[in-house]
Amino acid sequence: MSKEEKKVNRRDFLFTASYTVGAVGIGAVIWPMIDQMNPDKAQQALATTEVDISSIEPGKSITVLWRGKPIFIKKRTSEEIAEARAVKLDDLPDPQKDEDRVKDGKDEWLVMLGVCTHLGCVPLKDKGDFNGWFCPCHGSHYDVSGRIRKGPAPTNMEIPKFEFVDSNTIKIG
Amino acid sequence: MSENEYTPKSKAARWFNDRLPLLTLGAHLTDYPTPKNLNYWWTFGGILTFCLITQIVTGIVLAMHYVAHADLAFASVEHIMRDVNYGWLIRYIHSNGASMFFLAVYIHIFRSLFYGSYKSPREVIWIIGLMIYLLMMAAAFMGYVLPWGQMSFWGATVITNLFSAIPLVGDSITTWLWGAYSVDNPTLNRFFSLHYLIPFLILGLVVLHIWALHVPGNNNPVGIDIKKPSKDTVPFHPYITIKDAFALLVFMIIFAGFVFFTPNVLGHSDNYIPANPLVTPAHIVPEWYLLPFYAILRSVPDKLGGVILMFSAIFILFVLPWLDTSKVRSAVFRPIYRQFFWILVIDVLMLGYVGAMPAEGIYLVLARVGTIYYFLHFIVVMPVVGYLEKTDPIPMSISEPVLTGGAEPSLARKADDKA
Repeated sequence: MSKEEKKVNRRDFLFTASYTVGAVGIGAVIWPMIDQMNPDKAQQALATTEVDISSIEPGKSITVLWRGKPIFIKKRTSEEIAEARAVKLDDLPDPQKDEDRVKDGKDEWLVMLGVCTHLGCVPLKDKGDFNGWFCPCHGSHYDVSGRIRKGPAPTNMEIPKFEFVDSNTIKIG
Repeated sequence: MSENEYTPKSKAARWFNDRLPLLTLGAHLTDYPTPKNLNYWWTFGGILTFCLITQIVTGIVLAMHYVAHADLAFASVEHIMRDVNYGWLIRYIHSNGASMFFLAVYIHIFRSLFYGSYKSPREVIWIIGLMIYLLMMAAAFMGYVLPWGQMSFWGATVITNLFSAIPLVGDSITTWLWGAYSVDNPTLNRFFSLHYLIPFLILGLVVLHIWALHVPGNNNPVGIDIKKPSKDTVPFHPYITIKDAFALLVFMIIFAGFVFFTPNVLGHSDNYIPANPLVTPAHIVPEWYLLPFYAILRSVPDKLGGVILMFSAIFILFVLPWLDTSKVRSAVFRPIYRQFFWILVIDVLMLGYVGAMPAEGIYLVLARVGTIYYFLHFIVVMPVVGYLEKTDPIPMSISEPVLTGGAEPSLARKADDKA
Protein backbone atom coordinates (compact mmCIF):
# COMPACT_ATOMS: atom_id res chain seq x y z
CA MET A 1 0.00 0.00 0.00
CA SER A 2 1.21 3.46 -0.78
CA LYS A 3 1.47 6.13 1.85
CA GLU A 4 -1.61 7.88 0.51
CA GLU A 5 -3.93 5.12 1.57
CA LYS A 6 -7.36 5.64 0.12
CA LYS A 7 -9.72 6.91 2.77
CA VAL A 8 -13.19 5.40 2.93
CA ASN A 9 -15.35 8.36 2.16
CA ARG A 10 -19.04 9.07 2.23
CA ARG A 11 -19.53 8.09 -1.40
CA ASP A 12 -17.91 4.67 -0.90
CA PHE A 13 -20.25 4.05 1.99
CA LEU A 14 -23.29 5.04 -0.08
CA PHE A 15 -22.20 2.80 -2.95
CA THR A 16 -21.71 -0.21 -0.69
CA ALA A 17 -24.98 0.40 1.12
CA SER A 18 -26.90 0.80 -2.17
CA TYR A 19 -25.40 -2.33 -3.72
CA THR A 20 -26.18 -4.33 -0.59
CA VAL A 21 -29.79 -3.20 -0.43
CA GLY A 22 -30.10 -3.79 -4.18
CA ALA A 23 -28.68 -7.32 -3.90
CA VAL A 24 -31.06 -8.20 -1.06
CA GLY A 25 -33.98 -6.77 -3.03
CA ILE A 26 -33.12 -8.68 -6.19
CA GLY A 27 -32.73 -11.87 -4.17
CA ALA A 28 -36.11 -11.30 -2.53
CA VAL A 29 -37.69 -10.98 -5.97
CA ILE A 30 -35.89 -13.92 -7.57
CA TRP A 31 -36.62 -16.42 -4.79
CA PRO A 32 -40.44 -16.50 -5.32
CA MET A 33 -39.84 -16.98 -9.05
CA ILE A 34 -37.70 -20.06 -8.29
CA ASP A 35 -39.74 -21.46 -5.40
CA GLN A 36 -42.96 -21.41 -7.44
CA MET A 37 -41.58 -24.40 -9.37
CA ASN A 38 -41.25 -26.52 -6.20
CA PRO A 39 -44.14 -28.89 -5.32
CA ASP A 40 -47.11 -26.76 -4.34
CA LYS A 41 -49.53 -27.32 -1.49
CA ALA A 42 -51.80 -29.49 -3.65
CA GLN A 43 -48.86 -31.80 -4.38
CA GLN A 44 -47.70 -31.87 -0.76
CA ALA A 45 -51.22 -32.87 0.27
CA LEU A 46 -50.69 -36.19 -1.56
CA ALA A 47 -47.70 -37.05 0.63
CA THR A 48 -49.21 -40.12 2.37
CA THR A 49 -51.23 -43.03 1.01
CA GLU A 50 -53.00 -45.77 3.01
CA VAL A 51 -53.24 -49.23 1.45
CA ASP A 52 -55.41 -52.23 2.39
CA ILE A 53 -53.19 -55.32 2.07
CA SER A 54 -55.61 -57.97 3.41
CA SER A 55 -56.39 -59.53 0.01
CA ILE A 56 -52.80 -60.14 -1.13
CA GLU A 57 -51.98 -63.87 -1.41
CA PRO A 58 -48.52 -65.18 -0.45
CA GLY A 59 -46.15 -64.92 -3.41
CA LYS A 60 -48.23 -62.23 -5.04
CA SER A 61 -47.74 -58.48 -5.20
CA ILE A 62 -49.73 -55.35 -5.91
CA THR A 63 -48.67 -51.97 -7.21
CA VAL A 64 -50.06 -48.76 -5.73
CA LEU A 65 -49.44 -45.12 -6.55
CA TRP A 66 -47.71 -42.85 -4.03
CA ARG A 67 -46.66 -39.30 -5.00
CA GLY A 68 -47.12 -40.28 -8.64
CA LYS A 69 -44.70 -43.20 -8.36
CA PRO A 70 -45.43 -46.96 -8.19
CA ILE A 71 -44.97 -48.77 -4.88
CA PHE A 72 -44.55 -52.56 -5.05
CA ILE A 73 -46.12 -54.36 -2.09
CA LYS A 74 -45.18 -58.07 -2.15
CA LYS A 75 -46.21 -60.75 0.32
CA ARG A 76 -43.28 -63.13 0.10
CA THR A 77 -43.41 -66.90 0.72
CA SER A 78 -41.07 -68.39 3.30
CA GLU A 79 -38.97 -69.94 0.47
CA GLU A 80 -38.50 -66.52 -1.07
CA ILE A 81 -37.47 -65.03 2.26
CA ALA A 82 -35.00 -67.89 2.80
CA GLU A 83 -33.61 -67.37 -0.72
CA ALA A 84 -33.11 -63.65 -0.13
CA ARG A 85 -31.33 -64.25 3.17
CA ALA A 86 -29.04 -66.97 1.78
CA VAL A 87 -27.30 -64.46 -0.52
CA LYS A 88 -23.80 -63.51 0.59
CA LEU A 89 -23.30 -59.77 1.00
CA ASP A 90 -20.12 -60.02 -1.04
CA ASP A 91 -22.20 -60.95 -4.09
CA LEU A 92 -24.15 -57.71 -3.93
CA PRO A 93 -23.12 -54.49 -5.75
CA ASP A 94 -24.97 -52.52 -3.06
CA PRO A 95 -24.59 -54.72 0.05
CA GLN A 96 -27.65 -54.67 2.29
CA LYS A 97 -29.21 -57.41 4.41
CA ASP A 98 -32.75 -58.50 3.57
CA GLU A 99 -33.60 -57.98 7.27
CA ASP A 100 -32.80 -54.29 6.89
CA ARG A 101 -35.29 -53.96 4.03
CA VAL A 102 -38.36 -55.17 5.90
CA LYS A 103 -40.07 -54.41 9.21
CA ASP A 104 -39.14 -56.61 12.19
CA GLY A 105 -41.61 -59.47 12.57
CA LYS A 106 -43.26 -58.64 9.23
CA ASP A 107 -40.60 -60.35 7.15
CA GLU A 108 -43.03 -61.44 4.44
CA TRP A 109 -43.92 -57.85 3.48
CA LEU A 110 -41.60 -56.15 1.04
CA VAL A 111 -42.72 -52.55 0.46
CA MET A 112 -40.54 -50.87 -2.07
CA LEU A 113 -40.42 -47.95 -4.50
CA GLY A 114 -40.94 -49.64 -7.87
CA VAL A 115 -38.51 -47.40 -9.68
CA CYS A 116 -35.29 -48.64 -11.22
CA THR A 117 -32.36 -46.75 -9.68
CA HIS A 118 -30.70 -46.49 -13.08
CA LEU A 119 -32.91 -44.02 -14.96
CA GLY A 120 -36.35 -44.31 -13.40
CA CYS A 121 -38.25 -46.95 -15.40
CA VAL A 122 -40.63 -49.37 -13.68
CA PRO A 123 -39.13 -52.91 -13.50
CA LEU A 124 -41.23 -55.96 -14.46
CA LYS A 125 -42.06 -58.46 -11.73
CA ASP A 126 -41.13 -62.19 -11.77
CA LYS A 127 -38.54 -61.58 -14.44
CA GLY A 128 -34.77 -61.58 -14.70
CA ASP A 129 -31.99 -63.93 -13.59
CA PHE A 130 -32.61 -63.60 -9.84
CA ASN A 131 -36.28 -64.49 -9.38
CA GLY A 132 -37.17 -60.87 -8.69
CA TRP A 133 -37.54 -57.88 -10.99
CA PHE A 134 -36.08 -56.98 -14.34
CA CYS A 135 -35.94 -53.49 -15.82
CA PRO A 136 -36.65 -53.65 -19.56
CA CYS A 137 -35.15 -50.25 -20.30
CA HIS A 138 -31.47 -51.03 -19.80
CA GLY A 139 -31.39 -54.57 -18.38
CA SER A 140 -31.00 -54.27 -14.61
CA HIS A 141 -31.74 -57.47 -12.64
CA TYR A 142 -33.10 -57.26 -9.07
CA ASP A 143 -33.52 -60.17 -6.64
CA VAL A 144 -36.50 -61.12 -4.49
CA SER A 145 -35.46 -58.51 -1.95
CA GLY A 146 -35.35 -55.80 -4.66
CA ARG A 147 -31.55 -55.59 -4.49
CA ILE A 148 -29.55 -54.89 -7.63
CA ARG A 149 -27.62 -57.98 -8.81
CA LYS A 150 -26.66 -57.36 -12.42
CA GLY A 151 -26.89 -54.46 -14.88
CA PRO A 152 -26.28 -50.70 -14.90
CA ALA A 153 -28.41 -49.67 -11.89
CA PRO A 154 -26.14 -48.43 -9.08
CA THR A 155 -28.23 -49.19 -5.96
CA ASN A 156 -31.03 -51.36 -4.62
CA MET A 157 -34.62 -50.24 -5.12
CA GLU A 158 -35.52 -47.74 -2.43
CA ILE A 159 -37.59 -48.60 0.63
CA PRO A 160 -39.99 -45.74 1.36
CA LYS A 161 -40.95 -44.58 4.83
CA PHE A 162 -44.01 -46.64 5.81
CA GLU A 163 -45.70 -48.17 8.84
CA PHE A 164 -48.33 -50.75 9.68
CA VAL A 165 -51.46 -48.93 10.87
CA ASP A 166 -52.95 -52.34 11.76
CA SER A 167 -52.31 -55.87 10.49
CA ASN A 168 -54.28 -55.23 7.28
CA THR A 169 -53.32 -51.62 6.51
CA ILE A 170 -50.07 -49.85 5.78
CA LYS A 171 -49.49 -46.13 5.51
CA ILE A 172 -46.83 -45.03 3.03
CA GLY A 173 -45.11 -41.69 3.50
CA MET B 1 -25.62 8.46 -33.15
CA SER B 2 -22.13 8.65 -31.79
CA GLU B 3 -19.52 8.43 -34.55
CA ASN B 4 -16.69 7.57 -32.17
CA GLU B 5 -14.80 4.48 -33.23
CA TYR B 6 -14.83 1.99 -30.41
CA THR B 7 -12.03 -0.57 -30.09
CA PRO B 8 -12.08 -3.19 -27.32
CA LYS B 9 -8.90 -3.35 -25.24
CA SER B 10 -8.22 -7.08 -25.13
CA LYS B 11 -7.34 -9.17 -28.18
CA ALA B 12 -10.08 -11.73 -27.47
CA ALA B 13 -12.70 -8.99 -27.19
CA ARG B 14 -11.50 -7.47 -30.47
CA TRP B 15 -11.72 -10.90 -32.13
CA PHE B 16 -15.33 -11.30 -30.95
CA ASN B 17 -16.32 -7.71 -31.68
CA ASP B 18 -15.04 -7.93 -35.25
CA ARG B 19 -17.43 -10.86 -35.79
CA LEU B 20 -20.41 -9.60 -33.78
CA PRO B 21 -20.10 -5.95 -32.69
CA LEU B 22 -22.00 -6.39 -29.43
CA LEU B 23 -19.33 -4.47 -27.53
CA THR B 24 -19.64 -1.58 -29.98
CA LEU B 25 -23.39 -1.61 -29.35
CA GLY B 26 -22.75 -1.62 -25.60
CA ALA B 27 -20.36 1.30 -25.94
CA HIS B 28 -22.90 3.18 -28.06
CA LEU B 29 -25.61 2.66 -25.44
CA THR B 30 -23.29 3.71 -22.62
CA ASP B 31 -21.85 6.81 -24.25
CA TYR B 32 -25.05 7.78 -26.08
CA PRO B 33 -25.15 11.60 -25.84
CA THR B 34 -28.32 12.65 -24.07
CA PRO B 35 -29.67 16.18 -23.62
CA LYS B 36 -28.57 17.34 -20.20
CA ASN B 37 -31.91 18.96 -19.37
CA LEU B 38 -34.11 15.84 -19.47
CA ASN B 39 -36.60 16.02 -16.60
CA TYR B 40 -38.35 13.19 -14.75
CA TRP B 41 -41.05 12.91 -17.41
CA TRP B 42 -38.29 11.36 -19.54
CA THR B 43 -37.74 8.47 -17.13
CA PHE B 44 -40.87 6.61 -18.21
CA GLY B 45 -39.14 4.90 -21.15
CA GLY B 46 -36.98 2.98 -18.71
CA ILE B 47 -39.96 2.40 -16.42
CA LEU B 48 -41.94 0.96 -19.33
CA THR B 49 -39.10 -1.39 -20.23
CA PHE B 50 -39.17 -2.58 -16.64
CA CYS B 51 -42.96 -3.07 -16.85
CA LEU B 52 -42.65 -5.15 -20.02
CA ILE B 53 -39.96 -7.40 -18.55
CA THR B 54 -41.96 -7.80 -15.33
CA GLN B 55 -45.05 -8.84 -17.28
CA ILE B 56 -43.09 -11.30 -19.41
CA VAL B 57 -41.32 -12.93 -16.45
CA THR B 58 -44.39 -13.20 -14.21
CA GLY B 59 -46.48 -14.26 -17.21
CA ILE B 60 -44.16 -17.13 -18.13
CA VAL B 61 -44.31 -18.25 -14.49
CA LEU B 62 -48.12 -18.06 -14.36
CA ALA B 63 -48.38 -20.05 -17.59
CA MET B 64 -46.58 -22.91 -15.79
CA HIS B 65 -49.60 -23.27 -13.49
CA TYR B 66 -52.53 -21.95 -15.51
CA VAL B 67 -54.86 -24.25 -17.49
CA ALA B 68 -56.46 -22.73 -20.60
CA HIS B 69 -59.70 -24.67 -20.56
CA ALA B 70 -63.20 -23.33 -19.94
CA ASP B 71 -63.86 -25.97 -17.25
CA LEU B 72 -60.52 -25.62 -15.47
CA ALA B 73 -59.27 -22.05 -15.99
CA PHE B 74 -61.08 -20.44 -13.04
CA ALA B 75 -60.05 -23.25 -10.67
CA SER B 76 -56.46 -23.13 -11.90
CA VAL B 77 -56.26 -19.41 -11.11
CA GLU B 78 -57.56 -20.10 -7.60
CA HIS B 79 -55.01 -22.93 -7.40
CA ILE B 80 -52.32 -20.36 -8.22
CA MET B 81 -53.67 -18.06 -5.49
CA ARG B 82 -53.90 -20.72 -2.78
CA ASP B 83 -51.53 -23.62 -3.51
CA VAL B 84 -48.61 -22.51 -5.68
CA ASN B 85 -45.62 -21.23 -3.72
CA TYR B 86 -45.81 -17.41 -3.88
CA GLY B 87 -48.51 -17.80 -6.55
CA TRP B 88 -50.57 -15.03 -4.94
CA LEU B 89 -47.62 -12.66 -5.18
CA ILE B 90 -46.78 -13.51 -8.77
CA ARG B 91 -50.39 -13.20 -9.95
CA TYR B 92 -50.94 -9.91 -8.12
CA ILE B 93 -47.73 -8.51 -9.63
CA HIS B 94 -48.95 -9.57 -13.08
CA SER B 95 -52.49 -8.20 -12.76
CA ASN B 96 -51.45 -4.92 -11.10
CA GLY B 97 -48.45 -4.81 -13.43
CA ALA B 98 -50.84 -4.36 -16.36
CA SER B 99 -52.33 -1.28 -14.66
CA MET B 100 -48.90 0.12 -13.82
CA PHE B 101 -47.83 -0.49 -17.43
CA PHE B 102 -50.76 1.59 -18.71
CA LEU B 103 -50.25 4.29 -16.09
CA ALA B 104 -46.66 4.64 -17.28
CA VAL B 105 -47.55 4.51 -20.97
CA TYR B 106 -50.18 7.26 -20.58
CA ILE B 107 -47.66 9.52 -18.85
CA HIS B 108 -45.15 8.67 -21.60
CA ILE B 109 -47.68 9.55 -24.34
CA PHE B 110 -48.77 12.81 -22.74
CA ARG B 111 -45.13 13.78 -22.20
CA SER B 112 -44.66 13.29 -25.93
CA LEU B 113 -47.74 15.43 -26.63
CA PHE B 114 -46.56 18.25 -24.37
CA TYR B 115 -42.99 18.44 -25.60
CA GLY B 116 -43.79 17.69 -29.26
CA SER B 117 -41.71 14.52 -29.33
CA TYR B 118 -43.92 13.09 -32.08
CA LYS B 119 -42.88 15.80 -34.53
CA SER B 120 -40.27 15.69 -37.27
CA PRO B 121 -37.84 13.94 -37.29
CA ARG B 122 -39.37 11.55 -34.74
CA GLU B 123 -42.62 10.51 -36.51
CA VAL B 124 -41.52 6.89 -36.88
CA ILE B 125 -40.72 6.60 -33.17
CA TRP B 126 -44.20 7.92 -32.42
CA ILE B 127 -45.92 5.51 -34.83
CA ILE B 128 -44.02 2.49 -33.51
CA GLY B 129 -44.98 3.64 -30.02
CA LEU B 130 -48.66 3.72 -30.98
CA MET B 131 -48.36 0.21 -32.42
CA ILE B 132 -46.93 -0.90 -29.09
CA TYR B 133 -49.85 0.80 -27.34
CA LEU B 134 -52.38 -1.01 -29.57
CA LEU B 135 -50.71 -4.35 -28.88
CA MET B 136 -50.70 -3.55 -25.17
CA MET B 137 -54.46 -3.04 -25.26
CA ALA B 138 -54.94 -6.33 -27.12
CA ALA B 139 -52.71 -8.18 -24.67
CA ALA B 140 -54.41 -6.62 -21.65
CA PHE B 141 -57.87 -7.43 -22.94
CA MET B 142 -57.02 -11.06 -23.70
CA GLY B 143 -55.19 -11.44 -20.40
CA TYR B 144 -58.28 -10.22 -18.58
CA VAL B 145 -60.30 -13.02 -20.23
CA LEU B 146 -58.01 -15.81 -19.02
CA PRO B 147 -59.26 -16.13 -15.37
CA TRP B 148 -62.65 -16.99 -16.90
CA GLY B 149 -64.66 -15.10 -14.31
CA GLN B 150 -67.87 -13.20 -15.02
CA MET B 151 -66.06 -10.01 -16.11
CA SER B 152 -63.67 -12.06 -18.27
CA PHE B 153 -66.51 -13.77 -20.06
CA TRP B 154 -68.74 -10.77 -20.56
CA GLY B 155 -65.87 -8.45 -21.39
CA ALA B 156 -64.84 -10.90 -24.10
CA THR B 157 -68.42 -11.08 -25.33
CA VAL B 158 -68.83 -7.31 -25.55
CA ILE B 159 -65.45 -6.58 -27.16
CA THR B 160 -65.69 -9.35 -29.74
CA ASN B 161 -69.23 -8.20 -30.56
CA LEU B 162 -67.76 -4.84 -31.60
CA PHE B 163 -66.74 -6.57 -34.81
CA SER B 164 -70.32 -7.61 -35.49
CA ALA B 165 -70.98 -3.95 -36.30
CA ILE B 166 -69.08 -4.33 -39.56
CA PRO B 167 -71.66 -4.40 -42.39
CA LEU B 168 -72.27 -7.70 -44.23
CA VAL B 169 -69.37 -9.75 -42.84
CA GLY B 170 -69.59 -8.69 -39.19
CA ASP B 171 -71.31 -11.82 -37.90
CA SER B 172 -68.96 -14.12 -39.80
CA ILE B 173 -65.94 -12.30 -38.40
CA THR B 174 -67.28 -12.51 -34.86
CA THR B 175 -67.94 -16.25 -35.20
CA TRP B 176 -64.45 -16.65 -36.65
CA LEU B 177 -62.94 -14.82 -33.67
CA TRP B 178 -64.87 -17.05 -31.26
CA GLY B 179 -64.30 -20.36 -33.03
CA ALA B 180 -67.76 -21.19 -31.73
CA TYR B 181 -71.22 -19.62 -31.70
CA SER B 182 -70.49 -17.72 -28.51
CA VAL B 183 -67.45 -16.99 -26.37
CA ASP B 184 -66.45 -20.52 -25.40
CA ASN B 185 -63.54 -22.88 -24.87
CA PRO B 186 -62.01 -22.33 -28.36
CA THR B 187 -62.06 -18.58 -27.69
CA LEU B 188 -60.25 -19.03 -24.38
CA ASN B 189 -57.62 -21.26 -25.98
CA ARG B 190 -56.75 -18.86 -28.77
CA PHE B 191 -56.76 -15.87 -26.43
CA PHE B 192 -54.22 -17.66 -24.24
CA SER B 193 -52.04 -18.41 -27.25
CA LEU B 194 -52.16 -14.80 -28.46
CA HIS B 195 -51.74 -13.39 -24.96
CA TYR B 196 -48.46 -15.31 -24.76
CA LEU B 197 -47.37 -14.17 -28.23
CA ILE B 198 -48.10 -10.43 -28.07
CA PRO B 199 -45.55 -9.44 -25.38
CA PHE B 200 -42.77 -10.76 -27.60
CA LEU B 201 -44.10 -8.74 -30.54
CA ILE B 202 -44.07 -5.73 -28.22
CA LEU B 203 -40.49 -6.54 -27.23
CA GLY B 204 -39.47 -6.53 -30.90
CA LEU B 205 -41.23 -3.20 -31.46
CA VAL B 206 -39.52 -1.77 -28.37
CA VAL B 207 -36.16 -2.57 -29.94
CA LEU B 208 -37.26 -0.72 -33.11
CA HIS B 209 -38.66 2.13 -30.97
CA ILE B 210 -35.30 2.61 -29.25
CA TRP B 211 -33.36 2.14 -32.49
CA ALA B 212 -35.47 4.81 -34.16
CA LEU B 213 -34.93 7.03 -31.11
CA HIS B 214 -31.16 6.68 -31.33
CA VAL B 215 -31.09 8.00 -34.89
CA PRO B 216 -32.10 11.63 -34.15
CA GLY B 217 -31.49 11.31 -30.39
CA ASN B 218 -33.79 12.36 -27.57
CA ASN B 219 -36.08 15.32 -27.77
CA ASN B 220 -35.78 17.50 -24.66
CA PRO B 221 -37.90 19.91 -22.59
CA VAL B 222 -36.73 22.89 -24.63
CA GLY B 223 -37.54 21.00 -27.82
CA ILE B 224 -34.67 22.32 -29.91
CA ASP B 225 -32.19 20.40 -32.05
CA ILE B 226 -28.86 20.09 -30.33
CA LYS B 227 -25.39 19.18 -31.45
CA LYS B 228 -24.22 15.78 -30.21
CA PRO B 229 -21.99 15.38 -28.40
CA SER B 230 -21.62 18.93 -27.10
CA LYS B 231 -21.89 20.91 -23.90
CA ASP B 232 -25.65 20.38 -24.21
CA THR B 233 -25.32 16.61 -23.76
CA VAL B 234 -24.21 14.16 -21.11
CA PRO B 235 -23.34 10.47 -21.60
CA PHE B 236 -26.29 8.14 -21.02
CA HIS B 237 -24.30 6.29 -18.40
CA PRO B 238 -24.05 7.20 -15.56
CA TYR B 239 -26.09 10.42 -15.78
CA ILE B 240 -29.35 9.08 -17.22
CA THR B 241 -29.08 5.56 -15.83
CA ILE B 242 -28.91 6.86 -12.27
CA LYS B 243 -31.81 9.25 -12.84
CA ASP B 244 -33.87 6.46 -14.44
CA ALA B 245 -32.96 4.13 -11.58
CA PHE B 246 -34.19 6.61 -8.98
CA ALA B 247 -37.47 7.21 -10.82
CA LEU B 248 -37.88 3.45 -11.22
CA LEU B 249 -37.44 2.97 -7.48
CA VAL B 250 -40.19 5.48 -6.71
CA PHE B 251 -42.39 3.80 -9.31
CA MET B 252 -41.73 0.38 -7.76
CA ILE B 253 -42.72 1.67 -4.33
CA ILE B 254 -46.12 2.71 -5.71
CA PHE B 255 -46.36 -0.60 -7.59
CA ALA B 256 -45.57 -2.56 -4.41
CA GLY B 257 -48.15 -0.48 -2.55
CA PHE B 258 -50.86 -1.79 -4.87
CA VAL B 259 -49.56 -5.37 -4.86
CA PHE B 260 -49.24 -5.69 -1.08
CA PHE B 261 -51.97 -3.43 0.27
CA THR B 262 -54.80 -3.14 -2.25
CA PRO B 263 -54.20 -5.81 -4.89
CA ASN B 264 -57.83 -5.92 -6.03
CA VAL B 265 -58.71 -2.23 -5.95
CA LEU B 266 -58.26 -1.85 -9.72
CA GLY B 267 -60.17 -5.04 -10.54
CA HIS B 268 -63.82 -6.01 -10.27
CA SER B 269 -65.14 -8.35 -7.60
CA ASP B 270 -67.46 -9.90 -10.20
CA ASN B 271 -64.43 -11.57 -11.73
CA TYR B 272 -64.19 -13.81 -8.67
CA ILE B 273 -67.47 -15.40 -9.80
CA PRO B 274 -66.92 -18.20 -12.36
CA ALA B 275 -68.06 -17.38 -15.90
CA ASN B 276 -71.75 -18.02 -16.44
CA PRO B 277 -73.04 -17.75 -20.03
CA LEU B 278 -76.61 -17.40 -18.74
CA VAL B 279 -76.24 -14.31 -16.52
CA THR B 280 -74.65 -10.96 -17.37
CA PRO B 281 -73.35 -8.88 -14.42
CA ALA B 282 -75.55 -5.85 -13.66
CA HIS B 283 -72.81 -3.28 -14.33
CA ILE B 284 -70.18 -4.23 -16.85
CA VAL B 285 -67.16 -1.98 -17.37
CA PRO B 286 -63.70 -2.55 -18.85
CA GLU B 287 -60.47 -2.08 -16.93
CA TRP B 288 -59.74 1.55 -16.03
CA TYR B 289 -57.17 2.08 -18.77
CA LEU B 290 -59.73 1.44 -21.50
CA LEU B 291 -62.51 3.60 -20.01
CA PRO B 292 -62.03 6.76 -22.14
CA PHE B 293 -62.51 4.73 -25.31
CA TYR B 294 -65.45 2.93 -23.76
CA ALA B 295 -67.05 6.33 -23.04
CA ILE B 296 -66.56 7.36 -26.68
CA LEU B 297 -68.15 4.08 -27.84
CA ARG B 298 -71.21 4.62 -25.64
CA SER B 299 -71.60 8.29 -26.53
CA VAL B 300 -72.82 7.42 -30.02
CA PRO B 301 -76.43 6.19 -30.32
CA ASP B 302 -75.55 3.96 -33.26
CA LYS B 303 -73.79 0.59 -33.21
CA LEU B 304 -71.51 1.02 -36.23
CA GLY B 305 -70.97 4.73 -35.55
CA GLY B 306 -69.83 4.08 -31.98
CA VAL B 307 -67.35 1.42 -33.06
CA ILE B 308 -65.96 3.62 -35.84
CA LEU B 309 -65.56 6.58 -33.52
CA MET B 310 -63.87 4.49 -30.84
CA PHE B 311 -61.29 3.09 -33.24
CA SER B 312 -60.85 6.53 -34.83
CA ALA B 313 -59.97 7.94 -31.41
CA ILE B 314 -56.86 5.76 -31.46
CA PHE B 315 -56.03 5.84 -35.15
CA ILE B 316 -56.20 9.64 -35.34
CA LEU B 317 -53.07 9.65 -33.19
CA PHE B 318 -51.15 8.00 -36.04
CA VAL B 319 -51.50 11.13 -38.22
CA LEU B 320 -50.79 13.52 -35.36
CA PRO B 321 -47.33 14.53 -36.67
CA TRP B 322 -49.04 15.89 -39.79
CA LEU B 323 -52.00 17.50 -38.01
CA ASP B 324 -49.70 19.62 -35.87
CA THR B 325 -48.62 22.57 -38.00
CA SER B 326 -46.44 24.33 -35.42
CA LYS B 327 -42.72 24.54 -36.10
CA VAL B 328 -41.98 24.76 -32.39
CA ARG B 329 -41.86 21.44 -30.61
CA SER B 330 -42.06 22.14 -26.91
CA ALA B 331 -45.29 23.49 -25.40
CA VAL B 332 -43.04 25.45 -23.02
CA PHE B 333 -42.81 28.07 -25.82
CA ARG B 334 -46.41 27.67 -27.03
CA PRO B 335 -48.66 29.72 -24.72
CA ILE B 336 -51.92 28.89 -26.53
CA TYR B 337 -51.33 25.24 -27.35
CA ARG B 338 -50.18 24.70 -23.76
CA GLN B 339 -53.66 25.58 -22.50
CA PHE B 340 -55.36 23.28 -25.00
CA PHE B 341 -52.97 20.51 -23.95
CA TRP B 342 -54.24 20.71 -20.38
CA ILE B 343 -57.84 20.84 -21.61
CA LEU B 344 -57.14 17.58 -23.48
CA VAL B 345 -55.70 16.00 -20.32
CA ILE B 346 -58.82 16.98 -18.34
CA ASP B 347 -61.03 15.85 -21.22
CA VAL B 348 -59.47 12.37 -21.34
CA LEU B 349 -59.68 12.04 -17.53
CA MET B 350 -63.33 13.08 -17.65
CA LEU B 351 -64.04 10.56 -20.42
CA GLY B 352 -62.43 7.92 -18.24
CA TYR B 353 -64.64 8.90 -15.34
CA VAL B 354 -67.91 8.87 -17.28
CA GLY B 355 -66.84 5.59 -18.92
CA ALA B 356 -67.08 4.02 -15.48
CA MET B 357 -70.51 5.53 -14.80
CA PRO B 358 -73.88 4.33 -16.16
CA ALA B 359 -74.55 5.52 -19.72
CA GLU B 360 -77.48 7.77 -18.85
CA GLY B 361 -78.44 11.32 -17.82
CA ILE B 362 -75.61 13.78 -17.19
CA TYR B 363 -72.94 11.14 -17.85
CA LEU B 364 -74.15 10.66 -21.39
CA VAL B 365 -74.08 14.43 -21.96
CA LEU B 366 -70.54 14.68 -20.55
CA ALA B 367 -69.43 11.73 -22.67
CA ARG B 368 -70.71 13.45 -25.80
CA VAL B 369 -69.10 16.79 -24.94
CA GLY B 370 -65.85 14.99 -24.13
CA THR B 371 -65.90 12.99 -27.35
CA ILE B 372 -66.54 16.09 -29.44
CA TYR B 373 -63.67 17.97 -27.80
CA TYR B 374 -61.33 14.98 -28.17
CA PHE B 375 -61.73 15.00 -31.94
CA LEU B 376 -61.83 18.80 -32.23
CA HIS B 377 -58.52 18.97 -30.38
CA PHE B 378 -56.74 16.92 -33.01
CA ILE B 379 -58.63 17.89 -36.15
CA VAL B 380 -59.14 21.63 -35.54
CA VAL B 381 -57.13 22.92 -32.57
CA MET B 382 -53.78 21.42 -33.52
CA PRO B 383 -53.65 22.61 -37.16
CA VAL B 384 -55.19 26.02 -36.46
CA VAL B 385 -53.31 26.90 -33.28
CA GLY B 386 -50.07 25.73 -34.84
CA TYR B 387 -50.66 28.13 -37.69
CA LEU B 388 -51.90 31.19 -35.79
CA GLU B 389 -50.06 31.02 -32.49
CA LYS B 390 -47.34 33.54 -31.67
CA THR B 391 -44.76 31.41 -29.92
CA ASP B 392 -42.31 32.59 -27.27
CA PRO B 393 -38.65 33.03 -28.27
CA ILE B 394 -36.71 29.75 -28.25
CA PRO B 395 -33.18 29.59 -26.84
CA MET B 396 -30.25 28.90 -29.14
CA SER B 397 -29.06 26.01 -27.04
CA ILE B 398 -29.88 24.16 -23.83
CA SER B 399 -26.96 25.79 -22.03
CA GLU B 400 -27.95 29.31 -22.97
CA PRO B 401 -30.85 29.94 -20.55
CA VAL B 402 -28.77 28.38 -17.82
CA LEU B 403 -25.72 30.51 -18.53
CA THR B 404 -27.56 33.79 -19.09
CA GLY B 405 -30.20 33.28 -16.46
CA GLY B 406 -33.04 33.18 -18.93
CA ALA B 407 -33.88 33.15 -22.59
CA GLU B 408 -32.67 36.65 -23.50
CA PRO B 409 -34.62 37.98 -26.48
CA SER B 410 -31.43 39.46 -27.93
CA LEU B 411 -29.78 36.04 -28.06
CA ALA B 412 -32.81 34.03 -29.07
CA ARG B 413 -33.81 33.38 -32.59
CA LYS B 414 -37.45 34.00 -33.34
CA ALA B 415 -39.73 31.02 -33.55
CA ASP B 416 -41.24 32.11 -36.79
CA ASP B 417 -40.64 34.92 -39.17
CA LYS B 418 -44.07 36.46 -38.81
CA ALA B 419 -43.36 37.52 -35.23
